[in-house]
Amino acid sequence: MAKLILSMDGLILKEYTLAKERTTIGRKPHNDIQIDNLAVSGEHAVVVSILNDSFLEDLGSTNGTLVNGQPIKKHFLQNNDVIELGKYKLKYLHEQTGHSKAADFEKTMVLRPGAMKAVPPPAAAPSAAAAAPAAGAAPALTPTATPAATSATGAIPPAGRSFGDTAVNQGPLAAAAAAVPAAPPKPAAAAPRIGVLQLLTGGNAGKALELVKPLTTLGKPGVQVAVITRRPQGYFITHVEGARFPVLNGKTLDAQAHALADHDMIELAGVKMEFYFKT
Amino acid sequence: MNLEQALQIVSETDPGMVRSHNEDSVASDVSRGLVVLADGMGGYNAGEVASGMATTVIVTEMQNVLDRHVSFQADPQTGQSEAQKLLRGHIAKANTSIYQASQSQPQYSGMGTTLVVVLFHDNKMTVAHIGDSRLYRMRGEELRQITKDHSLLQEQIDSGLITPEQAKLSANRNLVTRALGIDQAVEPEIHDYDTLPGDIYLLCSDGLCDMVSDEDICMALQTLGANLKLCAQQLVQMANDNGGRDNVSVILVKIVRDYAAPSGFLAKVFGWLK
Repeated sequence: MAKLILSMDGLILKEYTLAKERTTIGRKPHNDIQIDNLAVSGEHAVVVSILNDSFLEDLGSTNGTLVNGQPIKKHFLQNNDVIELGKYKLKYLHEQTGHSKAADFEKTMVLRPGAMKAVPPPAAAPSAAAAAPAAGAAPALTPTATPAATSATGAIPPAGRSFGDTAVNQGPLAAAAAAVPAAPPKPAAAAPRIGVLQLLTGGNAGKALELVKPLTTLGKPGVQVAVITRRPQGYFITHVEGARFPVLNGKTLDAQAHALADHDMIELAGVKMEFYFKT
Repeated sequence: MNLEQALQIVSETDPGMVRSHNEDSVASDVSRGLVVLADGMGGYNAGEVASGMATTVIVTEMQNVLDRHVSFQADPQTGQSEAQKLLRGHIAKANTSIYQASQSQPQYSGMGTTLVVVLFHDNKMTVAHIGDSRLYRMRGEELRQITKDHSLLQEQIDSGLITPEQAKLSANRNLVTRALGIDQAVEPEIHDYDTLPGDIYLLCSDGLCDMVSDEDICMALQTLGANLKLCAQQLVQMANDNGGRDNVSVILVKIVRDYAAPSGFLAKVFGWLK
């Protein structure tokens, strides 16, 4: 579950867990996170948590709210974001536990507001074992859930509310979601070297083309086309269309993809070219 | 009407780099212009069962009906085309089959599946979908997402809570708000669209669109559109190169030429003679 760590001048004061749907921040005592300082407004800001995503919203405070040095009105919190209210800092931490289970947790689940509410707390014990079949268990426990409860339109407000009301329910779901890396996977590390294709014959002889795109097509559409794909393992050439296949180092290729090596010679649609890695 | 000359269809499905099971299921019938893609969910192998049932039930049932010269004229009173009614009916049947199996057999309890079905007829297509499997259209230079996910993330985007850019960072991407087979009834979203020769349609499970950006999908369709098989393989390969954390399935449909339904007196006569 996500946490906020309150500090001032590098001194850690307190730690708060974002267990509620709305966690309020302000100077007045009724706030969940009370910061008794005149630079902080009575009701300064609020953190809204939906499953394991948290959103920070400034409630029209006098002195404003900064995230990572930038003033914000509304912000989708990411791990390690630093929220500043006057001299106080709140660091947003998002636990990334159970990576080994990520594949199980990531499986698509059905979100059913009605069903979620009806799950008795024991079934929602936040153990890894209980978390995995959570989606499967919910429908079985509530076979009478009305179709209306599952209709998508307008499902959001009840969903949000039901998660807030039944904090226990947040356990497995939040844990499940927390196991998923927050950021989408970056394209796998780029091939270590950039490949270059130099034309040796034809009208554009001498021209060199850096192969930076994932896909580069060569040839004339309708006559003969081949594609060079850039993958983490390196570069590959594949025939796309046309009766004739590309020739690599004097050998005609088949329909399969072929890995390209440094200084390979390619012949395509009557044009010779050389592939090499940029040094 | 036989659409074999008008449509070109290829499909690819792959378990990805992480999962051992493939819970996706694809089916197509080019002569009747029908393509179905389902992404199952549920413990052990129940997901495979659910998605397999969905594609089998819909394809076989629709084949029976389509062979009986159905007219696809829109009903003047409801505005609903015959195709929409057909799809709705057969999706309901598939839903019942899956739901009953999950109720009667404990190992299938709670299984369900997402679904995208496209039926091509008379220079149009009828699209039905449930959940977060998608249909994209490549027309000219532009890739457009035709279906809108039934997912928590999409609802958050619609309600203005987060922007589509922020959605890419969200970890709640695996929660769908509608699925086939988890309740007694399900409401599919069904729409009709016009098609043009040269269009390429892409049906895919979330294993593709979560792993590969729309720009890269667009580039693959643009550069490899001439060779659909290679294009489908390329899309699956890109998803796997980027991590392949989920099953990846794609169906590509290229509109080769017009397929207007025959009309008028002569066509009717030929229809009788058939």
